[in-house]
Amino acid sequence: MFKLEKKANIDKSSVFMVPLSAIGCSLIFVFILFILLGKNPTLALFIIFIEPLLSVFGISELIVKSTPLIIIALGLSFGFRAGVWNIGAEGQYTIGALSGGATILAFYPMSGLWLLPVAFLVAIISGALWGMIPGILKAKFNTNEILVSLMLTYVAILFLSAMVYGPLKDPDGFNFPESRLFHDSGILPIIFHGTRAHVGFLIAIFLVVMMHFLLTRHMVGFFIKVSGESPRALLFSGKSRNQIIYLSFIICGGLAGLAGVIEVSGPIGQLVPAIPVGYGFTAIIVAFLGRLNPVGIFLAGLLLALTYIGGEAAQIKLGLPNAITGVFQGVLLFFLLAADAYTKYKISLVNIRWKI
Amino acid sequence: MDLYIAIFQGIIIASTPLVLASIGELIVEKSGVLNLGVEGMMIIGAVSSFIVTYETGSHLLGLLAAIISSGLIALIFGILTQYLLSNQVATGLALTLFGLGLASLIGQSYSGITIESFPSLEIDILKNIPIIGDLFFAFDYLVYLSVLMVIGTYLFLNKTKRGLILIATGDNHDSAHSLGYSVKKIRLLSIIYGGACAGLGGAYLSLVQTPMWVENMTAGRGWIALAIVVFAVWRPLWIFAGAYIFGGITIIQLHIQATGVNIEAQYMSMLPYVVTILVLVFISMNKNRLAVNAPNCLNKLFTSDI
Amino acid sequence: MTYLLEIAGITKSFLDIKANNNISLKLKEGEIHALLGENGAGKSTLVKIIYGILKPDSGKMLLNGEEYNPENPDFARKQGIGMVFQHFSLFESLSVIDNLMLGQDEHVSRLTVMDQLSYIKDEYDLYLDLNKTVATLSAGEKQKVEIMRCLLQDPKIIILDEPTSVLNPEEVKKFFHFLKKLSSEGVVILYISHKLQEIKELCDFATILRNGNVVKYCDPKILSINELAKFMIGKDINQSYKLSEVEDIDVMNINNIKYNNPELYGISLQEINFNVQKGEIFGIAGIAGNGQSELMKVLSGEINNIKQGSILFHGKEINYLSINDRRKKGMVFIPEDRSGHGAIGNFSLIDNLLLTNLWDVDFFKNGVIDYIYSAKKTKEVIDEFNVICKDENSLASSLSGGNLQKFVVGREILKGPDIIVCEQPTWGVDIGSANMIHDFLLDKARMGATIIIISQDIDELRKICHRMAIISNGKLSKIYDASSITSENIAIEMAK
Repeated sequence: MFKLEKKANIDKSSVFMVPLSAIGCSLIFVFILFILLGKNPTLALFIIFIEPLLSVFGISELIVKSTPLIIIALGLSFGFRAGVWNIGAEGQYTIGALSGGATILAFYPMSGLWLLPVAFLVAIISGALWGMIPGILKAKFNTNEILVSLMLTYVAILFLSAMVYGPLKDPDGFNFPESRLFHDSGILPIIFHGTRAHVGFLIAIFLVVMMHFLLTRHMVGFFIKVSGESPRALLFSGKSRNQIIYLSFIICGGLAGLAGVIEVSGPIGQLVPAIPVGYGFTAIIVAFLGRLNPVGIFLAGLLLALTYIGGEAAQIKLGLPNAITGVFQGVLLFFLLAADAYTKYKISLVNIRWKI
Repeated sequence: MDLYIAIFQGIIIASTPLVLASIGELIVEKSGVLNLGVEGMMIIGAVSSFIVTYETGSHLLGLLAAIISSGLIALIFGILTQYLLSNQVATGLALTLFGLGLASLIGQSYSGITIESFPSLEIDILKNIPIIGDLFFAFDYLVYLSVLMVIGTYLFLNKTKRGLILIATGDNHDSAHSLGYSVKKIRLLSIIYGGACAGLGGAYLSLVQTPMWVENMTAGRGWIALAIVVFAVWRPLWIFAGAYIFGGITIIQLHIQATGVNIEAQYMSMLPYVVTILVLVFISMNKNRLAVNAPNCLNKLFTSDI
Repeated sequence: MTYLLEIAGITKSFLDIKANNNISLKLKEGEIHALLGENGAGKSTLVKIIYGILKPDSGKMLLNGEEYNPENPDFARKQGIGMVFQHFSLFESLSVIDNLMLGQDEHVSRLTVMDQLSYIKDEYDLYLDLNKTVATLSAGEKQKVEIMRCLLQDPKIIILDEPTSVLNPEEVKKFFHFLKKLSSEGVVILYISHKLQEIKELCDFATILRNGNVVKYCDPKILSINELAKFMIGKDINQSYKLSEVEDIDVMNINNIKYNNPELYGISLQEINFNVQKGEIFGIAGIAGNGQSELMKVLSGEINNIKQGSILFHGKEINYLSINDRRKKGMVFIPEDRSGHGAIGNFSLIDNLLLTNLWDVDFFKNGVIDYIYSAKKTKEVIDEFNVICKDENSLASSLSGGNLQKFVVGREILKGPDIIVCEQPTWGVDIGSANMIHDFLLDKARMGATIIIISQDIDELRKICHRMAIISNGKLSKIYDASSITSENIAIEMAK
């Protein structure tokens, strides 16, 4: 089997090499998968990974899809760095979308520039509060935050469904489980005319810069780093573990909530039961692929968005199953975790005899 | 009376996949590994057993397929976490995401097809005992297997040397290593076993509970199985209590919905998840009780050579 | 002459450090053989090689004249080599008997083990409740479990790694008696230690290591302690310290503190009473796990919810102040553990400096860290406290234990504190660095600072303290003058 020896110093280039080699290995994996599925692998890869980049439509869709991924992953990375495992971003995203959307609907048909900021604020706060539930339970009762945040995701999705089937249903909607369409004041401005690319992407870029600053220059980033290394050292440096847990869940929940309201006031434009489509989970991959680094997350968010768009295109053009996207994303994370071993350890193959 | 018997039977059938998956995960965690990929392993078990059963007509081959395929993807997790020393939480999440994706890929053309239902225990003498027969002898083989597995796990951990070694590995891997036990091999085997159990749990969903394949049909049961292990505070016999409580809530809320109570269906469907959270809180409040039974090395990196 | 175990030319490197360089050693039947050396001399590496935990890069071992290449500890045990570790290799949440069973082969039944145990117990006076959970045992009792596990194997050679570090003087006496009895029955004992007095008393032969090399084979009974020390350290040990002047001003008063530890098997504190004066160095001795780290946290404010008693600093109660509020008042703290508590291995020295400074407004503005100022301060620590490292961006883990400890101590002293509270300030540190650290602390005391040292090293406390007390089972003894405390005093207080 393998033998791992800890490397004395970690090669700086590994920051790029690990994600790139993981992406390379995943591409080889899907290449073989396409052959097994009886499709032309080169053509399939071209349609998924290149073609969307060649059209204005493709680029604008990339912007649309990457926005929630990047924003959620920024929040997640904050917690992951601190050793706080919030994996319920999907639920926080759903709550943000629901509360933000409900705010817009509540003021229908009043219009004004104030409407979106109010809705955004409501979404951020409610996402953060929803995120605080596992945080508080973790801090007060030592409850496993992974399980609680995940359970709350199911609750949030059901809650959205109850709302859309119930109080928020469009009164003129022939009983379809959808809210009324948001009026113009509740819709995010478009960046490029004729596309769906909206200003949410600019918000994402702004957040990338902010998060980079927070993590590298600010005290908060320092304490997050300490928390991720050692809770004992954190206490010694004067911050309690609970403070970090609360902060992580607030930031993560708030950002996921923001991503939710951006999505409903951007490309969707109303509340529907199918708002949660797994961005909250894909964002976990984005966070890891981006090495928990804001700039890396930005690039990783674009790549994962590409797999969504390319996956849809391949479904239409080649009849490839849409599930390919999910498989690619899962495999990518596997390869990434495996490639990580190469940065930290010198690996050699040795024969070892086993004994139980 | 018949209604109560039906509810009881429904609870057992709803709980069995949870029993199977969580008793496997209990072994994994006792050895000191946290595998969060139960959901992914279950869904792979569900889809592979369904396809093989549909294609061959043999339920037994279907079960075998579930055991092998889920064991294999658990092996990926095992190699990554034990030999390439990847983070267990991240790798478990990856396993779940990968499993869900792969299952919908290979199950795509089998969506909505139904198969023959699973054979149940057919011992007429026992089955015909009034009430008792319906309550205890009217189930499929897997229900009885799940009961045996829990009891077997209890005996294995508490009465055998190998069980002691497994617990010791989870308690202190460095000590186990210095005594000459191969921590990585013990853990790898546990992980594969846990995968096989989760696979069986998944197979129960697609072969017995609803004999058909539906995308994402595990619907969070893998996560609930993880919660049950915590609820049981890593004691095998308590897995029953945990699983039957959650199965019970699922079934009872369905029956309440059926009686036409004026509560939105979605709120009733939330119940199992909400109860899971409440139970986790209740169990976790007593830190010392958890500390006595929780494996000390759970989710800790073991980096020693051999 | 026949040798049981012969080791020839063993070499082992980690990364670029040679932990063992061409080491040879011969174990004669019936001898108690000392392996002597200070921290980092390569003793542990060598015995791990003998016990099959590590594999040598080169060299040869002969057991009973036959080539011996242990694949793993199990192989070594089958060949009759047993080992008692310094950091116990026990399973804390399991019972004593389960721990003993785990050291046995698969086919050995519980009854056989019980049988053997009853013999060992009587023969060697090793009594223990077999059903107790190991976590509830004292360090000395845990060592007994290790020794029982080892004896059950009927070993020909027993390796003991710093065995007396967890024993009180009374227990040490009994323990030596036990070892001599074992030896008289023909068991070879390889005794690892850096305590010269013990080795003179116990051992027939000594191999002295320094920096991974053998520097001397000798009979320790013939050489004087100073001669042994000279071989071990490479120079004379400087033992004379001039103590600081104490002024009659109370700096800190600890009044009857009681702390209930909520953790499972955690030690609770009670009846802790002492006061320290300006310029005084106050020592708290005790064997590991008797409440030292809890007391340290209560003093530092990492625990600030004690239910009873009070801590006064310059006459003001500080019970409820957080660690940073205490730092603001002029207190600094040096915890025992350099990896993950007082410092973080994966952090640069600058980041490690920030670890205890992010309450001081010089280091940040509006929450933004001033890295230029931090780097300047880090350089000051490195220069003033003789920290050997590449530069201020070096990772803490790249420094040797001694240098990192000098950095940690320097980081706190540089704040110009009124009081320094430290735990095991020279633990796992080479003698050169240890002496420097003692000098730093003494200098500070001479300038009027007060110092509290919690340490397991009684010699250290006797050397540099004015007064000392002993902590045992969470209780503090009465206070003794460090110059007049006797070994009997210590033995009695530790056994309480």
